[in-house]
Amino acid sequence: MLKQLGVAIRLLIVMSVLTGLLYPLTVTGLAQILLPFQANGSLVVKNGKVIGSRLIGQNFSGPEYFHGRPSAAGENGYDGNSSGGLNLGPTNKQLIGAITERVKTIREQNGLIVDEPLPADLVTTSGSGLGPDISPVAALVQARRVAAVRGLDLNVVHRLIEKQITPKQFGLLGEARVNVLELNLAVDAIGK
Amino acid sequence: MIRGLIRKQTDRIGNFWVDLVRGSVRVLLPLSLLFSLILVQQGVLQNFSPYVSAYTLEGAEQKLTMGPVASQEAIKMLGVNGGGFFNANSAHPFENPTPLSNFLQMISIFLIPASVVFTFGRIVRDRRQGFAILAAMLLLFLLHLGIVYVGELYGNPLLAAVGVADPVAMEGKEVRFGIADSSLFAAITTAASCGAVNAMHDSFTPLGGLALMLQIMLGEVVVGGVGAGFYGMMVFVILTVFIVGLMVGRTPEYLGKKIEAREMKMATLAVLIPAVTILAGSAVAAVTVSGVASVANPGPHGLSEILYAFASSAGNNGSAFAGLNANTAFYNLVLAAAMLIGRFGVILPVLAIAGSLAEKKITPPGPGTFPTHGWLFAILLAGVVMIVGALTFMPALALGPAVEHLQMIHGVTY
Repeated sequence: MLKQLGVAIRLLIVMSVLTGLLYPLTVTGLAQILLPFQANGSLVVKNGKVIGSRLIGQNFSGPEYFHGRPSAAGENGYDGNSSGGLNLGPTNKQLIGAITERVKTIREQNGLIVDEPLPADLVTTSGSGLGPDISPVAALVQARRVAAVRGLDLNVVHRLIEKQITPKQFGLLGEARVNVLELNLAVDAIGK
Repeated sequence: MIRGLIRKQTDRIGNFWVDLVRGSVRVLLPLSLLFSLILVQQGVLQNFSPYVSAYTLEGAEQKLTMGPVASQEAIKMLGVNGGGFFNANSAHPFENPTPLSNFLQMISIFLIPASVVFTFGRIVRDRRQGFAILAAMLLLFLLHLGIVYVGELYGNPLLAAVGVADPVAMEGKEVRFGIADSSLFAAITTAASCGAVNAMHDSFTPLGGLALMLQIMLGEVVVGGVGAGFYGMMVFVILTVFIVGLMVGRTPEYLGKKIEAREMKMATLAVLIPAVTILAGSAVAAVTVSGVASVANPGPHGLSEILYAFASSAGNNGSAFAGLNANTAFYNLVLAAAMLIGRFGVILPVLAIAGSLAEKKITPPGPGTFPTHGWLFAILLAGVVMIVGALTFMPALALGPAVEHLQMIHGVTY
């Protein structure tokens, strides 16, 4: 019994050093040398300042920008320190109410006709609350508003969106999507 | 357990320390190293930096959490542990940034436990035995995956009614994964005892949630988890062999070992203990004030949350209908107890079976031996798992997700 206990303690120490210390340090070292951009959060830098990460969504509320999905991360949404979903069930009145409200707001903001169904991702919260993407349809729905506010031709904005669409990976995995931050940077780049 | 089947007349079933070190150093460590670097390439963090402050396009400050995520992520998946670096787990873009990283994470959940089934076939020197078990697992998995996917694709008619276009069921799901990859991930994580999530199970449609829950309740026997998975299926193998034995009127045997009263008692215990834990635990929680207080969603979905919590704890899955606030004194104590009972309540009987099988002689198969390879056995095995699960859990599931599904269709909300 005592011998078994000794073995157990020695094993605990050896394995802790190996898997708890050496393993993560090795991975960090290799990652920092080989893939420093990704390992440090795929940060987007503009004029020498970090303006976000291309993997993390951020709040866009102004009419001149494309908006992301509603977010349940933190009080104001897109809080990088508190990821999470809303966790409301499918028959919950709160959920149905919130979504009804968002459908109404988004139709008003974008001057859509009353009965036009909206893409689900634009009116539901994601699992993480930090997803950077919206569906291509969700971007197209907002195109007219952005074009009008910025005085751009609608076709120019449409082409911009099409250029920003990331297709399914290898044509198979995931879904086609548009990165909201990159789309907005692209819109900023062609003029106010 | 496997050794119990092949060793003849011995009282030993292996050295725990040797198994542990060999398993960790020779399999887990190299795989994790490779896997974590691939994840970093796709965009997963790997650093020890302090939080980064970003100033967004609209001028707000956004704090970005940093840390050694990739190395943790690799062991979380390969080890079928499922505890995430971030609260949102594999839904978080820093933990699971692309559809490819998502795909690799799904594979890595199944990788080792599924390999064990092949290993089993090789160790008993009859690969067909392993294939038969794998086929049964595949049948069960496809059945549940089908239910989840159809449920999610069909979506929530309540939302379609207020002007949401297809595919409706995006609440709690990520755009980059969509309906299909979220359903697949959820089905995999509950089939194995993983518990990582890339979408919020609480917001799945009732039928989707039902299939996820049922997979956990069945004991996560589809490939199972690393360290504590394959034996769950072996218990059902023993049950199946026994039932078949009753049908044809012969002494049941598996791989030349006779299955007798002692093994059957233990196998029954291994099935009953987690089931009783889940059902009794949920029952207690559903009628006590402190149990109900944590529920986030009223109506039948609340019962689903409680059932899921106990199934996930007893089955050591770790995923959750996360609306339930489990961080209360009541749930911490009760769920911790469920975890201990649910795990050791199975391990002890299984080790007892392994020990008693190891003591037995191997008898050569005779004309009355039921062959345990081939489709007939695979289908029987899957059938036994489903029947045991259905008889045990259907009444509870009928009151939770099944009722909710019917009410959702008829437009009842809570």
